[in-house]
Amino acid sequence: MSATRILDEDEIRRAVTRIAHEIVERNHGAEDVVLVGIANRGDDLARRLAREIERIEGQAPPVGVLDITFYRDDIGMRAEAPEVHETRIDVDITGRVVVLVDDVLYTGRTIRAAMDALVDLGRPRAIQLAVLVDRGHRELPIRADSVGKNVPTRRDEVVRVCLRELDGEDAVYVEEPAGEPGGSA
Amino acid sequence: MNKHLLSINDLTAEDVLRILDTAESFREVGTRVIKKVPALRGRTVVNLFYENSTRTRISFELAAKRLSADVINFTTSGTSVAKGESLKDTALTLQAMGADAIVIRHASSGAPLTLTRWVRGSVLNAGDGTHEHPTQALLDLYTMRDRLGRLEGLRVAIVGDVLHSRVARSLSFGLVKMGAEVTLVGPPTLIPPEAPTWGVAVSYDLEAVLPKLDVCYLLRIQRERQRQRFFPSLREYSRLYGLTRERVGMLPEGCLIMHPGPMNRGVEIESDVADLPQAVMEEQVTNGIAIRMALLYLLLGGKAEGVGGDA
Amino acid sequence: MPEAILLRGGRVVDPAAGRDEVADVGVAEGRIVPPDALPAGALELDCSGLVIAPGLVDPHTHLRQPGGEDAETVETGCRAAALGGYTAVAPMANTDPVADDAAVIREVIDLAAAAGLCDVYPVGAVTRGLAGEDLAELGEMVEAGVRVFSDDGRVVANPQLLRNALTYALAFGEVAIAEHCEDPALSEGGQMHEGQHSAVLGLQGKPRESEEIVVARDLALARLTGGRLHLLHLSSAGSVEMVRRAKAEGLRVTAEVTPHHLVFTDADLVTYDTNLKVNPPLRTAEDRAALRRGLADGTIDVIGTDHAPHPVERKEVEFDQAAPGTIGLETALAAVLTELVEPGELSLLRAIEAMSTAPARLLGAADHGGPIEPGRPAMLVAFDPAATWVVEPPFASRSRNSAFIGRTLRGRVVHTIYRGELVVADGKAER
Repeated sequence: MSATRILDEDEIRRAVTRIAHEIVERNHGAEDVVLVGIANRGDDLARRLAREIERIEGQAPPVGVLDITFYRDDIGMRAEAPEVHETRIDVDITGRVVVLVDDVLYTGRTIRAAMDALVDLGRPRAIQLAVLVDRGHRELPIRADSVGKNVPTRRDEVVRVCLRELDGEDAVYVEEPAGEPGGSA
Repeated sequence: MNKHLLSINDLTAEDVLRILDTAESFREVGTRVIKKVPALRGRTVVNLFYENSTRTRISFELAAKRLSADVINFTTSGTSVAKGESLKDTALTLQAMGADAIVIRHASSGAPLTLTRWVRGSVLNAGDGTHEHPTQALLDLYTMRDRLGRLEGLRVAIVGDVLHSRVARSLSFGLVKMGAEVTLVGPPTLIPPEAPTWGVAVSYDLEAVLPKLDVCYLLRIQRERQRQRFFPSLREYSRLYGLTRERVGMLPEGCLIMHPGPMNRGVEIESDVADLPQAVMEEQVTNGIAIRMALLYLLLGGKAEGVGGDA
Repeated sequence: MPEAILLRGGRVVDPAAGRDEVADVGVAEGRIVPPDALPAGALELDCSGLVIAPGLVDPHTHLRQPGGEDAETVETGCRAAALGGYTAVAPMANTDPVADDAAVIREVIDLAAAAGLCDVYPVGAVTRGLAGEDLAELGEMVEAGVRVFSDDGRVVANPQLLRNALTYALAFGEVAIAEHCEDPALSEGGQMHEGQHSAVLGLQGKPRESEEIVVARDLALARLTGGRLHLLHLSSAGSVEMVRRAKAEGLRVTAEVTPHHLVFTDADLVTYDTNLKVNPPLRTAEDRAALRRGLADGTIDVIGTDHAPHPVERKEVEFDQAAPGTIGLETALAAVLTELVEPGELSLLRAIEAMSTAPARLLGAADHGGPIEPGRPAMLVAFDPAATWVVEPPFASRSRNSAFIGRTLRGRVVHTIYRGELVVADGKAER
């Protein structure tokens, strides 16, 4: 397996900063904004965005973490039930702007599940989407409002996001599948 | 985890922790405005109840519905032996209807295991005869861990008719598995002589045990046992083994009082003892839904075996 | 029609003659003949590697007819017996109607004669309708050929009644009263042996004492009356010990054990397999060891199958609703060979004695049990002690409730000769 680094630490930092600015601009400040990260890694990105927004606006928006396991549409297609993580959003999202934060946008199914989960928790005024990497291959009519980097990929490639909080480094890799070309990974 | 949940002994300590941790997430769902997630959409759960137990049935029904599963309640009152359809024929019918999980409550010990021979879906034991009641034990473990922060080293007394109690069996096995210290307390006629082989202690003296407890778990006493001459009278039973206000005073501070319900107030538990803050029966009920959601999710969240599975 | 047969080169194991040697055996006109006296053209069967023994005799069978033909008939039961190497079986009296008078006894004998697969020696009821209240007409049944009386399935609970039965039977010589030893109150509602496993499985237990109390009582009554007592299907170590002492004392007592009590224990019930639900229950490994020792040293005289067929709908149910009992005619010999003879716990000679010679004596079945000598009726079994097979339905029995399903057994019946006729040849029933 060969891996190509497509974002390094500095590039990730700059991307987070840019996305924070875009969120503030789009919403004319960050007063009503709630950042909700999708577990795992989306929540770490959401906390970084909150710190950036605090630098810009002087106040950090609330951050929540959302586990979308119960809303997945592939239940029954895996051998074992997917592991469940915590969902924790300490503020009422009704009437506020929820910015969903995730590391990679791919088919769009995770975001679909996240939106379903959100509406069960309350009625946001709007839902926006911020992602670090958009690798294409959408299967649903979903697009991100803010993207750190657009990365054209093949379906059989793997985009691996590493964040300091979980993985000890900040980097994004595209990995070739192992074995012969055309073989199943 | 196994495909079925028939006995606490089907689970490893790791399995138990995974179930309790998963239940934690489902308890959060129970606090939402919309207490429902689509996790088991399209799955069919059958509640097959051969014994009338509204409490357990409703708990399972709510658990399945909060996971968006389709729920069928199949309740037959009384014993099925005389007339009615045999368990096997019922099982084959449910199988033909494509049940993904069958939650069974039955007066005969072993009936859930027998059922697994005739169906492809998962079987959950919701109480079988005097054998086991694993979901009750899991919700009790959850409640203890939630309130006391741990299971290992907890000192728990299980008081009452252990001999005929499926709750006592499952809970004893579960607590021992998780490293707790269990003492069974009751009249000698209602404690199986072989119980020490389960890794538990036995005492016939409730008051001697009370001062050393983290949890005092009371079992429901059936009036029928008096007719079967296991003890002379309910009055004498509560005199020796009932948890009275006075005996509560012998419990250490912070000791929980638990009961699987329904309670016989005035027999195994004095009426106002049941209403003390350390009596957590309502939490047991609430946690029961989360535990049953977790079990249904873990058993059914994987491959769809109800349709063309490998059984 | 009676045939002439030469069984060539088998190992003849004949407890009645104390004989164990390789020899040829001739059969003609329904009787054993010297091989050199066989007429020309006799059917020659190569028996090298096989054991030739007197046809087995089951002192404890349930053929269910009349009344229970959905489970077994005399004909299907006799076919199962023949395939299991038996040339005689003793059907118990708990049919519907009960075999408590000569008419039912004769009906069963006639049905067996029509089937022509083996002899039957019906056991008569001790009490009318097995109700445990009034003595059945034992004398009339003795005239019809009965030598053993039993209310099997139930104990004769009233000690005065049993005392009278033992005493009354003294008039008929070697007539035994056979007891199902189980105290009704101590065993009521019980599903299995009371012990460690019943406690975990949540099944109500029957303590050993439910049997031992009755064994002790019955031995006391045998002492009181001088009567001839036979104890059916012993299950507990304590019972074996009591019988051992009673025999030393000189009481007229014999005892039986079943193949399933010699093979299984209560630990095997963890699967709630209803085919292992039997009466008396399977007990512990210690009890099983005591039963095996008792059989080897002669404390226990006979192996009885307690072949108890039940229709599927009485077994494929919840454990506590299942009927007790296992079929056994087709597996008994192989079970004993595999579990006792092969490991060296029981000599082959003693095994054949307990499955043929001793039960023939108990039943007064003079034609059976050997010796295999010229002039004797030709009742023979030839089996391959080395052949292994897996027990699987279907069976020749009309029922399929075998405790042995799925087990690999060593030892297979090849030929059964009943009254000089080859009723089972190469493991297949000829009629």
